[in-house]
Amino acid sequence: MADMLLSLDDLAVHFKVGNALAGGVKTLKAVDGVTLDIKPGECLGLVGESGCGKSTLALAIMGLLPPTRGTIDVGGQQIGRGTMPDRMEMARTVQMVFQDPYASLNPRQTVRRTLADPLRIHGITDKAEVEARVIDMMAKVGLRPEQADRYPHEFSGGQRQRIGIARALILKPKLVLCDEPVSALDVSIRAQIINLLLELKDELGLSYIMISHDLGVVEHVSDRVAVMYLGRIVEQGGWQEIFEDPRHPYTRALIAAIPDPFHRAAISAQAKAKGEIASALNPPPGCHFHPRCPLKADLCVAEYPPLDAVAAGHRAACHFRDRVI
Amino acid sequence: MPKLKGGSSLWIGGGLVAFAILVAVFAPWIALTDPVMAANLMNAEIPPDWEYPFGTDAQGRDIYSRIVYGARVSLTVGIASQICNSLIGVTLGLTAGYWGGWWDDVVSGLTNLMLAIPSLVFALAIMAILGPGLFSLVVALGLTSWSFSCRIARAQVLSLKSQGYIQAARILGYSDLRIMFTQVLPNILGPLIVIATLGMGGAILSEAALSFLGLGIRPPFPSWGSMLAEARDQIRTVPWLSVFPGLAIFFTVLGLNLLGDGLRDILDPQSTTRRG
Amino acid sequence: MSTPLLKVENLRIALAGGGATYNAAENVSFEIGRGEAFGLVGESGCGKSITALAVMGLLRRPLSLAGGRIVLDGQEIQDAPPAEMRRLRGKRIAMIFQEPMTALNPLSPVGRQIAEMFVLHQGMGWREAMDRAEDALRQVRVPSPERRIKDYPHQLSGGMRQRVMIAIALACGPDLLVADEPTTALDVTVQAEIIDLMAELCAAKGTAILMISHDLGLVANMCKRVAVMYAGRIVESQVSDAIFAHPTHPYTRGLVDSLPRLGERSRRGRQRLREISGVVPSIAAYPAGCRFNPRCPAVTDICRTNVPEITPLPADGLVRCHHHG
Repeated sequence: MADMLLSLDDLAVHFKVGNALAGGVKTLKAVDGVTLDIKPGECLGLVGESGCGKSTLALAIMGLLPPTRGTIDVGGQQIGRGTMPDRMEMARTVQMVFQDPYASLNPRQTVRRTLADPLRIHGITDKAEVEARVIDMMAKVGLRPEQADRYPHEFSGGQRQRIGIARALILKPKLVLCDEPVSALDVSIRAQIINLLLELKDELGLSYIMISHDLGVVEHVSDRVAVMYLGRIVEQGGWQEIFEDPRHPYTRALIAAIPDPFHRAAISAQAKAKGEIASALNPPPGCHFHPRCPLKADLCVAEYPPLDAVAAGHRAACHFRDRVI
Repeated sequence: MPKLKGGSSLWIGGGLVAFAILVAVFAPWIALTDPVMAANLMNAEIPPDWEYPFGTDAQGRDIYSRIVYGARVSLTVGIASQICNSLIGVTLGLTAGYWGGWWDDVVSGLTNLMLAIPSLVFALAIMAILGPGLFSLVVALGLTSWSFSCRIARAQVLSLKSQGYIQAARILGYSDLRIMFTQVLPNILGPLIVIATLGMGGAILSEAALSFLGLGIRPPFPSWGSMLAEARDQIRTVPWLSVFPGLAIFFTVLGLNLLGDGLRDILDPQSTTRRG
Repeated sequence: MSTPLLKVENLRIALAGGGATYNAAENVSFEIGRGEAFGLVGESGCGKSITALAVMGLLRRPLSLAGGRIVLDGQEIQDAPPAEMRRLRGKRIAMIFQEPMTALNPLSPVGRQIAEMFVLHQGMGWREAMDRAEDALRQVRVPSPERRIKDYPHQLSGGMRQRVMIAIALACGPDLLVADEPTTALDVTVQAEIIDLMAELCAAKGTAILMISHDLGLVANMCKRVAVMYAGRIVESQVSDAIFAHPTHPYTRGLVDSLPRLGERSRRGRQRLREISGVVPSIAAYPAGCRFNPRCPAVTDICRTNVPEITPLPADGLVRCHHHG
């Protein structure tokens, strides 16, 4: 599809774990058949708990992990089994904002160097132009020019995340993957960063993939939402459909788990999931969610439900997707 | 940050090493006589006195002046061979840790091999091929004890590799070599400097051992090890022949070890607060 | 009101460092009734965790108790000798931590670690204690406890480990359970289960809870009353429902307003989040007067010079602000 910025087609990333001599080799299906599109200017929220494969998916989209199956089409670049992308071209198309603002900045580089080096690597050699773009980008993320020669340890967590955002945007990418961009920050700082990300999106016409376990954040920023469980997308749709008419019991469980004394979720306590996510090394047969599911039936153990449409643009991988609770 | 960070070992060690370096650099001005040419059998084996503070040897040469010049050999060997070791070890460790895969297997195998053979025996073999001399010493010692810096570099890269800023550099299109040298190396320099400093002490001892065995600096040129070698038969009758070169080695190696410990204290990432 | 179970009065905790001494917490006062759940909320570094440690008698250098009283059931314990505190911990007050792996002994099966509590504090024999340990695991809903009892901590998932911690903490029926960020390391669906479990078990046994967290929503959902800490001081304390309905201190108001709340976007459309400006001050640079004054939208001159007094609010509430009216 030509008008898509990013298309994943049946993307799978598997790992071989273990040792042939000790215990045998197993296949960990971290991402197992994900199909997704992102239009220019769109924000896709990607929700799931630890072990659901969202970090692996992120690395694959960034071109850092080769797909085992399927293809990634990002800004005209094809990534498939055995075809790795041109790093430089990728860098100008898709960038990433990391979760931990402490580990994601080189402690021995000033802000100026962190922002200017990528420009030089990408062939911008004119000193004045580099300087102008660095200062301009710093201003965009709310940093003052005189802070350019400081080192990361001189900044607070929120300011470091601003530097991380500036670094991601300095090459003018079209798509930015935000991996839990606020969850490592102090609570009173989070709103600043969320507002900044949304402002930059509008100002620069960016697309985002917003990975977060905080559903409040995802609902606030996303146009569309995809929910992952054990390597697969179990539900996707517009933000309103996902949050107001969730059809997969896992989505409902996620929403029910949010403590919000102000607006106790309309979804009943029975929607809560039991137990914990299984290991991706040994996923349950049939629907991976069935051991925790309140709707579990024999069919769920026998067959993995297809990701079928509930309404236009809203799909859920549940045998009982039409049973409204 | 407290001013005397690193504590007394850093300052005592640094002082001893700085003193040894100054002696080596200014040897022609500090020495009383020429270390080689000023032989005079009339003055043979004079005990320490005002004219010959450390006494004289069997050829009547001033021990003090020979020790002063010997510092040049010991320090040159120590520093030059450690630079070799660090370059080899860091390059191998950095690439092995960063790239992993078959290259990592090869480097790790090689490192383990080097650790399994006593490095002095290895150096002895190289000396036997190259013949005695300063250059041979540097080569022999510089090729045989890089395994520690290699292991440290590799382990540090492995722990840094998953850090966000390394991933960010890859995503920004940095080449692997650029990532290794601009993103990884500056952040692992601390422990490598410590290893190199401690290694210098080891190299000075090895030089002494090789010279003692007759494979190092050839007489009549002075090195602390060859002076000890020459003195070994007379340790009871003419003790100053061995005592003073021995003390020179002792204090220099002690200084290097103290300096290494002190540097470890200030460069250790755990002793510096990460989150300000 | 009868005598409270725990009464903390004018607690002051000193932090020694870099040749100076700072007050990491000061004027901290609160009461917890028997069987009551009380929440202490704040950002990292606000002093909430060290307050919990002080209650447990676990302050270690460079932290020390510099003043105030801690009264447990009518008995002053702030100066109790270590042996007496050891006897109290486990028996009368118990604690669970954010990362259970660091609090469990990795070399001992979990059943043994639970049984140890009965042996140590109730003088029970090992065989009987192991039976009781199995019951305890069943109570915290660990599946097939008869097998799990022999597992080592590393064989359990994070959620299971936290259940084991709860079993250990509640083994001897303590009067007070101190929970320091008990679910921060867990996934949201697991978090919901653990919170429900804690609330249910404590209600059944009449155990009071001192819940420490950065998540105001989580705490307000579980606790009857909540105190909010900022930069070492309690700035507001109210009944949970009231703190969301009528946050009085500008900081609390900022927290309540600044986070995207589930359902908000469908009710009112996407609004720009209300930010709290500035950064959390470091302990070495606490501002004079009200410590929130550099970030406060309602700041006046008096805030910069005078520490605000505690003012009572309805229903046992209190606020520390010059302009609460």
